[in-house]
Amino acid sequence: MKFRERLERGEFVITCEAAPPKGVLVEKVLEEAQSIAAHVHAFNVTDLQSSVMRMSSWALCALLCARGLEPILQLTCRDRNRLALQADLLGAWALGMENVLALTGDHTTLGDHPEAMPVFDLDSVQLLDAIGKLNAGRDLVGNELDGETDFFAGAVVNPAADPLEPHLEKLRLKIKLGARFVQTQAVYDVESYGDFAQKAQGVGVPVLAGIIPLKSAKMARFMNENIAGVHVPEEVIEELEAATSKEDRVQRSIDLCARTIRAVRPLCQGVHLMPMGWERHVPAILERAGL
Amino acid sequence: MLTSELKPTEEILGYLAEGERVFVLGCAGCAEVCRAGGDEAVAALRAALEQGGWTVAGGASFDFLCNRTLVALRLARFSEELDGADSLLVASCGVGIQAVAGASEKPVHPASNTTTLGAFQGVWPSEERCARCGDCVLEYTGGICPLTVCPKGLLHGPCGGSHGGECELEPGRSCGWQDIHNRLAETGQREMLSRYQPPKDRRRQLDVPLARRRSVFWALEYSEEDE
Repeated sequence: MKFRERLERGEFVITCEAAPPKGVLVEKVLEEAQSIAAHVHAFNVTDLQSSVMRMSSWALCALLCARGLEPILQLTCRDRNRLALQADLLGAWALGMENVLALTGDHTTLGDHPEAMPVFDLDSVQLLDAIGKLNAGRDLVGNELDGETDFFAGAVVNPAADPLEPHLEKLRLKIKLGARFVQTQAVYDVESYGDFAQKAQGVGVPVLAGIIPLKSAKMARFMNENIAGVHVPEEVIEELEAATSKEDRVQRSIDLCARTIRAVRPLCQGVHLMPMGWERHVPAILERAGL
Repeated sequence: MLTSELKPTEEILGYLAEGERVFVLGCAGCAEVCRAGGDEAVAALRAALEQGGWTVAGGASFDFLCNRTLVALRLARFSEELDGADSLLVASCGVGIQAVAGASEKPVHPASNTTTLGAFQGVWPSEERCARCGDCVLEYTGGICPLTVCPKGLLHGPCGGSHGGECELEPGRSCGWQDIHNRLAETGQREMLSRYQPPKDRRRQLDVPLARRRSVFWALEYSEEDE
């Protein structure tokens, strides 16, 4: 069953991130995806995540499609103007991609080519508008297309953003312009996620809570310091720090992650895993989370 | 000098609510040279408002609308008329419109589009900046320009890099969209936040058409050679 169908039926859905390689060797990422495919309903393929130059998102999506795996094409506004965005969407549809996640994109200065020209010709809300128009058989300016797309479009939000209201306002606008599902930034603070879930109740589309396993206390601290709006509570960091061996640390990490999933499960319609190199632990995390 | 032109009258009138009382303000600096400011523009805007059935609460024209302190001082002379106004309509470059918005507690409507820097940029210490996009959106953003306060120039709310009211790109830098959000809440215009803004016409920002290149506003030296 397709990702879209599962969500529309109200099922609990699991998505997992897959990052294209920095280079041309795709075997590793494809094998990792294949190895956890039985546990995951769709793969989000990132689009030059953190503005670091890598292989195109659509290329890895096409390779996943060829292996019978369902991708969610992540598409940012950072690197393409409105012509290129629409052109890539048409190509993506022709290559078998049906899900798109519309993002603004990190700023170019945060990546490995900080000298690059940031585009942002459209923003994420306008990109959703463009997707809606392609779905209706027209381009952004109203020209008729030879055939239409039928993308299932999604949007993102940071549930821990503070103040939350401007972000919720934008989320409502994204949904008004055609977002049919939402995937969130990483959740660690379940209480604050509950607050978001309550406020976002009225948005009317399924929300998948973002989950990033914390591999170490150091990683947790790094995220607190460097990722906007991510807050790992101190007691979580302490729990990781109390590990007595490497194996103990891994087990604690998996436990913590599974606990977060259990806690957010009643508050969302799915989880979006971003394993950051820990693809091999995804089955254990999901099993302990009771999924 | 910043080159500006008055927006189409229908666009300006489209900003106004029924029965809104408007104070019209024009810049007597660059904008007046472009015939998009000064007494002439103020008179034309007043006439257009009155013809459309709106009440003009007052009007004024003075130089250097781009300086917030001067604007605040000069507007003080019109406090009575301003008290009777619901909003201000400003004919000036984008810097001037933003300076007035910063000096006023009332909503500010832009009457102008700022198109180019002309031959040179005025040096005037001010927090306000204008990207000369030629399609001013200050009406919808509380008189704060999203193209210049947001490093991504977003037209709809903050990105994921906004936290605690700050932009992730530089410590201490405020998130432009948080500022816009706050300002619209203060002026009672929160409905602007749920409004969809279609993609911008980038031609107006990126290109200077031949007609304007040949105008005296573009480069004074060329017109002298022509004579």
